[in-house]
Amino acid sequence: MKRALFASVAVIATAWVSVPVSAEEMKAEVIHWWTSGGEAAAVKVFADQFTKAGGTWIDSAVAGAANARNAAISRTVAGNPPTAMQLNTGKQFDELVEGDLLADVDAVAAEGNWNGVMPAAFVAAATRNGKMFAVPINIHGQNWLWYNKSVLVSVGAAEPKTWDDAFAVLDKLKADGKVIPLAFSGQKVWERNLFSAVLIGVGGGPMWVGIMGKRDAALAQSAEFKAVALAYKKLKAYVDAGAPGRNWNDATNLVIQGKAGMQIMGDWAKGEFVAAGKVPEKDYGCTVLSNHGGGYMMGGDVFVFPKTKDASTTKAQVTLARLMLKPETQIQFSLKKGSIPVRSDVDASQLDACAQKGMQYVSNTAQQLPSADMLAPPALIGALEDAISQYWNTNMGADEFSAKVAGVLKAQY
Amino acid sequence: MRLSLTSRFSAISALLPALLVMLVVYIGATSWTVWMSLTNSRMLPNNNFVGLRQYETLLGNDRWITSVHNIVIYGVLFVSFALLIGFLLAVAIDQRVRAEDTIRSIFLYPYSMSFVVTGLVWQWLLNPTLGIQHVLRSWGFENATFDWIVRPETAIYCLVIAGVWQASGLVMAIMLAGLRGVDEEIWKAARVDGLPKWRVYMSIIIPMMGASFATAAVLLSTGVVRLYDLSVSMTNGGPGIASEVPAKFVMDHLFERANIGLATAAATTMLITVIAVVAPYLYWRARKGEMR
Repeated sequence: MKRALFASVAVIATAWVSVPVSAEEMKAEVIHWWTSGGEAAAVKVFADQFTKAGGTWIDSAVAGAANARNAAISRTVAGNPPTAMQLNTGKQFDELVEGDLLADVDAVAAEGNWNGVMPAAFVAAATRNGKMFAVPINIHGQNWLWYNKSVLVSVGAAEPKTWDDAFAVLDKLKADGKVIPLAFSGQKVWERNLFSAVLIGVGGGPMWVGIMGKRDAALAQSAEFKAVALAYKKLKAYVDAGAPGRNWNDATNLVIQGKAGMQIMGDWAKGEFVAAGKVPEKDYGCTVLSNHGGGYMMGGDVFVFPKTKDASTTKAQVTLARLMLKPETQIQFSLKKGSIPVRSDVDASQLDACAQKGMQYVSNTAQQLPSADMLAPPALIGALEDAISQYWNTNMGADEFSAKVAGVLKAQY
Repeated sequence: MRLSLTSRFSAISALLPALLVMLVVYIGATSWTVWMSLTNSRMLPNNNFVGLRQYETLLGNDRWITSVHNIVIYGVLFVSFALLIGFLLAVAIDQRVRAEDTIRSIFLYPYSMSFVVTGLVWQWLLNPTLGIQHVLRSWGFENATFDWIVRPETAIYCLVIAGVWQASGLVMAIMLAGLRGVDEEIWKAARVDGLPKWRVYMSIIIPMMGASFATAAVLLSTGVVRLYDLSVSMTNGGPGIASEVPAKFVMDHLFERANIGLATAAATTMLITVIAVVAPYLYWRARKGEMR
């Protein structure tokens, strides 16, 4: 006890003494929310690279995305910022740029030719006023269909390609009656994610961008949008009674154990399959459903760097930005995280079959669709989420729902 | 009685820290919240005055309206059932039962658990594919149905069940103290008059226990206003928005949805509602004090 006390006093004392650091010493305090096993292993790839580059990585993991963001943003606003902080690719740092709180990474981006190797949507999402303010590090596909191969084989169904195929398979599974046709986790965020997948798959990419990006209220009241709403609601017939409140990974495990046929979920679900020792394209299949030839909903994570006057901190920030996008870091990180590299010029052969499929989708610009986070501010997404969740859980009709969505799009968020 | 200057000085300096905390933390933070609700602040606070626009948005917001409905339903049912069950438990224990200490500890035990744990336990118990319904069906009652938690119309009552389960023990402890304070002579007199036991409770004991009931009711009511964790851990506001509550509305909009303006408007509305309920009571108390 006494020794521990002495040690902590010593640590505090050294911290005080070492305030005027030499310009050579690089320290990076990084706030992120990657706390689960696979995530922590992924962020360690960055930490190891930074240590190799001669820096000291101070890991400030905060459990829960919203908690981590709040901690990092409050500290930045209060004038005691971390060296780097994680955010989702999108509009989360708009106000930090407006408040002149972030350092830009334009020089590193130009040096590494990020424009040439990254999807245009990601460059745009990281750019404000003509300068890049964020380092996109990965691409998460959010509208994947995961299915249990042997369950589908048992009812004589093949991999669905379109939503019409998928409904046929779901009907077969339901008629068979042995498993839950669609594994679902009834929490607001997943209700919205499923709706987004249907909106892209049934309504098409332009409708997705029209609703989320352009806030086209007239489009929300069109017959085409109502058809999307009906298809979404139809899915409820294939969900079990225990779905409300279920966690997404519990739903994934229903598919893994063969208790359910399929699930719509982002590629982070792959981590569950891997942990259960399942092999992609052998035990389980992955695809993106679309009636219009495609549409891959891409989200991801970025790191941003709060402005600083301290030269050694700036050096640490530049070093971090540079090493995060190095091709080998990108591959190592993706292997651990389940996402795919944000660079299209890396060697994908080490990645698993589903990640390679994802790389193919992303390589086709017609398939690239920005995620909701990239198109709309959190307040608007939240209001839409409430409307979608109400529609899914009550006997609200498609007309009333589309009027509600139109109302949200017209409101000032 | 006049205090000397020095002792008055020391009294004031002793109170100063508390006064400062009061001014800065309570008054200061509350005024700031009210001011924020009149701006269009999103993720970061700003000072762009927009009048009552956030309140307009709030009153047109389905989720807020549902939250307010829910807190009224929860508040009325939770306080009444917790008082009723707590009182009955206290009466039962007061019958000089054997192993009173053990039984009392068991009844009080739920109160030692946080709302998060309570919520999780009841979420599992009430889940139709894992909990009570599942067990009943596996025992052969094929048509047993208890799926309140997954139905939007009934989800809020599940919160009441869990809340009452947690708080009844506390009410029991308060009531038991009240019952033990009742003079034995009253019981003897009632026995002499040949009154049945329930009549004694209804007509004599309960009216005598006004203070116990008031204490318990006030404690329970403060729990109603800040209800948040139970909703988060049990249903996360679902299915849909069926079990949302005002405090959760504020938290979600403040943090996840980066909408400080709307969140503070909701918080201010909550504050005004509480004041509207409490102020007449305080006024009545003050009047009563004057008249004495």
